[in-house]
Amino acid sequence: MPAKSYLGSHLREYGMIMALVAIVFFFTLVVRVTIDVDFLSAQNITNLFLQNSYVIIMALGMLLVIVAGHIDLSVGSVVGFTGAVAAVLTVNLGWPVWAVIPSVLITGGLIGAAQGYWVAYWRIPSFIVTLAGMLVFRGLTLWLLNGQNIGPFPKSFQSLSTGFIPDLFGDADQALLGMERLNGTGLAIVVLAACVVIFIGWRKRAQDAAFGITPEPTVVFWVRNIIICGALVFVGYKLAIFRGLPNVVLVLAILTVIYAFFTEATTQGRRIYALGGNEKAAKLSGIRTDRLVFFCFVNMGVLAALAGMIVAARLNSSTPKAGAGFELDVIAAVFIGGASMSGGVGRIVGVVTGALIMGVMNNGMSILGIGIDYQQVIKGLVLLAAVIFDVYNKSK
Amino acid sequence: MTALLDMRTITKTFPGVRALDRVNLTVAAGEIHAICGENGAGKSTLMKVLSGVYPHGSYEGQIIYDGAPLALRSIRDSEQCGIIIIHQELALVPLLSIAENLFLGNEVARGGIINWPLAFQKTRDLLALVGLSEAPTTPVGSLGVGKQQLIEIAKALAKNVRLLILDEPTAALQENDSAKLLDLLLDLKAKGITSILISHKLNEISRVADRITILRDGASVSTLTRDQISEDRIISDMVGREMGARYPTRIPNPGQTLLEVTGWNVWHPDQAGRQMIQNAALTLRKGEIVGIAGLMGAGRTELAMSLFGHSYGRNISGQVSINGVHVDTSTVPRAVDAGLAYVTEDRKELGLVLDEPILRNISLANLPGIARRGVISAGREAQVAEGYRTQLNIRTPGVHQRVVNLSGGNQQKVVLAKWLFTDPQVLILDEPTRGIDVGAKFEIYSIMNQLADDGRGILMISSEMPELLGMCDRIYVMNEGRIVGELTRSDFSQERIMAMILNAPGKAA
Repeated sequence: MPAKSYLGSHLREYGMIMALVAIVFFFTLVVRVTIDVDFLSAQNITNLFLQNSYVIIMALGMLLVIVAGHIDLSVGSVVGFTGAVAAVLTVNLGWPVWAVIPSVLITGGLIGAAQGYWVAYWRIPSFIVTLAGMLVFRGLTLWLLNGQNIGPFPKSFQSLSTGFIPDLFGDADQALLGMERLNGTGLAIVVLAACVVIFIGWRKRAQDAAFGITPEPTVVFWVRNIIICGALVFVGYKLAIFRGLPNVVLVLAILTVIYAFFTEATTQGRRIYALGGNEKAAKLSGIRTDRLVFFCFVNMGVLAALAGMIVAARLNSSTPKAGAGFELDVIAAVFIGGASMSGGVGRIVGVVTGALIMGVMNNGMSILGIGIDYQQVIKGLVLLAAVIFDVYNKSK
Repeated sequence: MTALLDMRTITKTFPGVRALDRVNLTVAAGEIHAICGENGAGKSTLMKVLSGVYPHGSYEGQIIYDGAPLALRSIRDSEQCGIIIIHQELALVPLLSIAENLFLGNEVARGGIINWPLAFQKTRDLLALVGLSEAPTTPVGSLGVGKQQLIEIAKALAKNVRLLILDEPTAALQENDSAKLLDLLLDLKAKGITSILISHKLNEISRVADRITILRDGASVSTLTRDQISEDRIISDMVGREMGARYPTRIPNPGQTLLEVTGWNVWHPDQAGRQMIQNAALTLRKGEIVGIAGLMGAGRTELAMSLFGHSYGRNISGQVSINGVHVDTSTVPRAVDAGLAYVTEDRKELGLVLDEPILRNISLANLPGIARRGVISAGREAQVAEGYRTQLNIRTPGVHQRVVNLSGGNQQKVVLAKWLFTDPQVLILDEPTRGIDVGAKFEIYSIMNQLADDGRGILMISSEMPELLGMCDRIYVMNEGRIVGELTRSDFSQERIMAMILNAPGKAA
């Protein structure tokens, strides 16, 4: 297939990435011209990830829920509640971090199970079950915190969000390179990741060819990989010369890879798409659809709990309002990322790109001093435009 | 003969495809005009041109209706001219009443306020015209498909129809319902209403049609008058060749007993106390094709689906054994493990994930077959799909095509491929040729014969009796949830089957 028609048939995927690049470019330019600040400074890139990590993490789980044909409105409240549980365990009861983290993740899983049970086995619409959950867990957050903030957290817990991967190479190497603070470990990890991306992509091409599948055109393959790896190394370098690779970014990257692999290459992942595409046909094909729906909600609960801890660690206290409205950011990211409301469609790469688009816009507009009023309007319109683009594309 | 409708040299092209190529169609006032053609021959496209779905200007050629050129901009325009199309998928709102459905968008109202007494009166009149006596307040969803079809026609009558277009109206109907519908068409004809009937069922066409236009590959091949109509002629014009036989020949070679079902009882999933299957028992041998005949509502699909993983009904009891060993078929995965496969009668709703590509649909029921430790090999998946594409002759540019874009026959082959990939011993085929064209039917029959020759057992449910008589080695006859009789090949006849149904106990009254 010639490169041009290939791009045409994959317009949505590449369109998203190009939109992200264009938006980043736009803000870089405008921020530079209007207030003479470097949008792509190491500090701002670090901030960008720290601010948006929780949205991306939850969007991974929300994609599964939405692909399965459901929705979870409770995640914002679950973020608040699990953050509160973490605070009570750590600050009030003095539990050590290694015990708190798994306990809170399990709490999240149980919350997901409690909601998923009604959706999967009683077939109560997820909109209603999780709307109820949204109210219940917000209320429980208030009750648990007694309406107060609880904090501060010990350093070890804070590092969940504000910590950086320690530099194993020490200062000597940095001195050699003539830079003030280059975090060798962080950069090495990123460069390694870039190489792995190319290697895996190349191997897949070879396998496809062996099975007689027409691979994407070589030009497209290399252009795509050079852009992705270039962006990776650039971001990695920027992070490395600031404070190193934030722990959150590493967690985020690992989760993204795991979920992308799960959705695209495993039998269970495939079954979730089939279930969302046509539940009855999936069921008659021997797929245990109720169990899969249940799993999607449990998974969502665990990821919401992880996000809850990251938010609490970042604020260094647990507040009754933590997580309020997050569900909308998360759901918006998933739809901007190309998922379909009716289920069965959506990719992890798209969702992460969608979340980043939202994040970059938040961050850029804040730097430019655009008021929260306009920001909301613009974000709303971007969401609508992305979905209109999808529908238009499909009707063509 | 005055022509009500004259479509002249209609040509409609889509990017890359010429769907209609200088098609001519003349329909005389007051006749029933049938249109035949294989799937993809252009019947639907032609009707979409006629009903304004493709507006004037998006096609070439001319439409003369009632002596004047017709330039439709929308479906609304065509309905104002009295051209009303009834699609295969009925356009009724199940939760609304008959009266509400009949006048939907066309309410009996003044100033937006509905005159219910008048609406109900008109509803009763219209229902009487189509031979129904239901109360106007009955929700449409509670009626059977046959009656819903009649409601659609009543709805057309409410709009003062002059030219009624029916797109495969009997595809989902049982024979007695079909007969009623065809009688109604003849009634309407007597009242001066012209009809265009699109149908795959040649016996129906020869029964009611005055003339037939046959389309092939987007062109009008011939128009036959009543005395020229013969099934062989229609078929040869449709496929462009003489059809030697409608059913491929096979020398049956049954082996040992493969499937045995005894004492099978099933109750309705929602209505307590309503037994759907009563004490059914059947056997199937290796290499045998066994039919299940019966009217709609006889419990054939219910029997099949309850056998296959208890997918229908509740309080199911009875024994299933395969190769003489009792097997548990209480969930779909267990039934599949036991060697059963069920090819549904409703491939769009129950058989396929329409928005997914062919290869993903084929692998769906046996993902472990293309995966290692839960990780799918995309290459292996494509290879499997390619294999079935060749073996079953699935016509598609590639296995990455979404199945929604395939014709009915090719979709059916994809569903078959999905189940063949699970390597079943027993295949239950529920209406395997519903809504597919003559050529594809022959291919499906050939595949079935091949599977039987491989030593698999096939249970075939069909509402088309000639098909059962042509394909099966034995036939079970079902009525009202019971198996009321069994015929072997030497005893086959349509009359005997009908007699078994009609004389069955329970129908005695």
